[in-house]
Amino acid sequence: MAMNFKQTEPGHYVLDVKGYVCPHPQLYTKKVMEKLHSGDRLELVFDNPSSAESISAMCASEGNPILGQRKEGTVFIFEIQKG
Amino acid sequence: MDAIVSGTLTEPKAADCCSDSKSLAETVSRKNRMWIFGIVAFFTLISVGTYAMHEYYIYLSAYLWFGFIYGMCLQYGRFCFASAFRDLFAVGVPRMVVGIMIATVLFSFTSSFVASTGWSTFHAAPWSIHAVIAGIIFGVGMVFAGGCASGSLYKAGEGNGVSLLVILSISVTQSTFVDLGGWFNKLVPQSWAESALTKSLPSSINVSDGWVDQYLAGYVWDQPVITFARLLGLKDETLIGSFFGNTFIGVVLPALALLVVVYFIWSRKRYVLDLKSREGRSAGIADHLRGFWTMITASKRTAIAGLFLGIACGLQMFVIEGLRMKFGVKNAGTILQRIGFDYGISAKGTVFDPGYWYVTTQEAQWVGWLAQKLGWNNMDNIYFGWVNGIPSPAINPADWMSVALIGGAAVMALLNNEFKWKKPTKELAIWALIGGALMGIGSRLALGCNVGAFFVRTANGDVSGWSFGLGMIGGAYIGVKFFNWYTERKMAKEMANINFDL
Repeated sequence: MAMNFKQTEPGHYVLDVKGYVCPHPQLYTKKVMEKLHSGDRLELVFDNPSSAESISAMCASEGNPILGQRKEGTVFIFEIQKG
Repeated sequence: MDAIVSGTLTEPKAADCCSDSKSLAETVSRKNRMWIFGIVAFFTLISVGTYAMHEYYIYLSAYLWFGFIYGMCLQYGRFCFASAFRDLFAVGVPRMVVGIMIATVLFSFTSSFVASTGWSTFHAAPWSIHAVIAGIIFGVGMVFAGGCASGSLYKAGEGNGVSLLVILSISVTQSTFVDLGGWFNKLVPQSWAESALTKSLPSSINVSDGWVDQYLAGYVWDQPVITFARLLGLKDETLIGSFFGNTFIGVVLPALALLVVVYFIWSRKRYVLDLKSREGRSAGIADHLRGFWTMITASKRTAIAGLFLGIACGLQMFVIEGLRMKFGVKNAGTILQRIGFDYGISAKGTVFDPGYWYVTTQEAQWVGWLAQKLGWNNMDNIYFGWVNGIPSPAINPADWMSVALIGGAAVMALLNNEFKWKKPTKELAIWALIGGALMGIGSRLALGCNVGAFFVRTANGDVSGWSFGLGMIGGAYIGVKFFNWYTERKMAKEMANINFDL
């Protein structure tokens, strides 16, 4: 499964990196967050458990709040806002 | 993709993703509970059944259950050595560096206790620049592969197909690399070839044929073996030598210094910014101490895993040495021969039996065993023929440890509903094979991987452990630089049609 990134509406984006292992999910997330404007939201979809901790810590250290997170089966879905 | 995004998002709880307070019976599905029961029952049956055949099998079961504990700890804490410096350089996340340092310090304390009782199974390795070079190759490989040698084992327990490919690549590369001769002999410096011939190895080893043989006997074995205790003129097996020399000077101080550097470069800025926005003041020394502690405790899962790993690693040395004393043996080769297995025993009667947590050699052995069964004579090299042997994986103690590590990780993944078979994509399969091959070469040059050459050696005050670690950090930096370029290139294509100002 290839990485998929798209804009769903102005200021809202979806990044799907299911199937990817470390370090790809965290690297793709970082690259996308760098592109977004303050207040934009990213819905991040991934299924590599190890990336969950790293992405949470990365968002905290870069001041990008995670507005919500949930699991659907083995898939993680994070809603991240650009700080 | 859009269909997935439904339902209500939950508030995040710090870094503990998606955790909740429900009981296991409520959160673990019946299917997962059945699998957990099956895995634990399988390993229990092996232990009990083989013990019923002969008490010597308890030696192998000791390896098995420590492997199981390691697997549970690694999966629980997402404890991957590869991510330590990779995530630090790539995304500025220090959690794994912290976890590894906690585990190393605790392992060092338990190791020093064991060493001071005279029951340590640890032997320091020769030290020279080769450890740094090997670390660089290994470090690049672990970033490319998406996990180190031990990380790939636990991720295989999560059902990750990429990790299985990494393990396969490490195994095949090592097994092939240690037996490279012929044209590769031309790459051996004359001084190594001459020195190797003076080591009085048996004719069955044929030391003048094989690059790795001559690297080992002609170069590595000539290097000094140094521990921090010995540098201070102390003995490793004394209380002061082990606790002060190897643990305090060799581990606690360097680990503390490393964490302080990590805090000031990667964590301080965010902590100071948060403090200023919260309380409207600048940070003082007391604030920095609190900030440092916040960094240490930021990921409780990783810290807890590090704590248990550190204690278990020391305990394993104690238990294995105790069993050796009980059975009056110095190596599992003797045990295997006593219970009737003599296939694949080395020329000096030994098999690989580290007495502590180790990952890569048993991976080389199962491929070596298979290759020999297919007609490849690989018992004429030092690695297999003189030191480690190639016993059947079914009775190889270190293989029992690795298989159980995968099982322990699977149990923990099933408990957390994180087990899922994931078929590797072509892109990730290529990275897995390249990264695994680099790790295989790096680990043979260093005589170990991130566990055997870094974690275990560093914790036991072996100077070569930090040397390998230094190389591994450099390799991780190079690997991250490459992946940054690779990711940006791929993202540029994906983002080409997106206007971010809309």
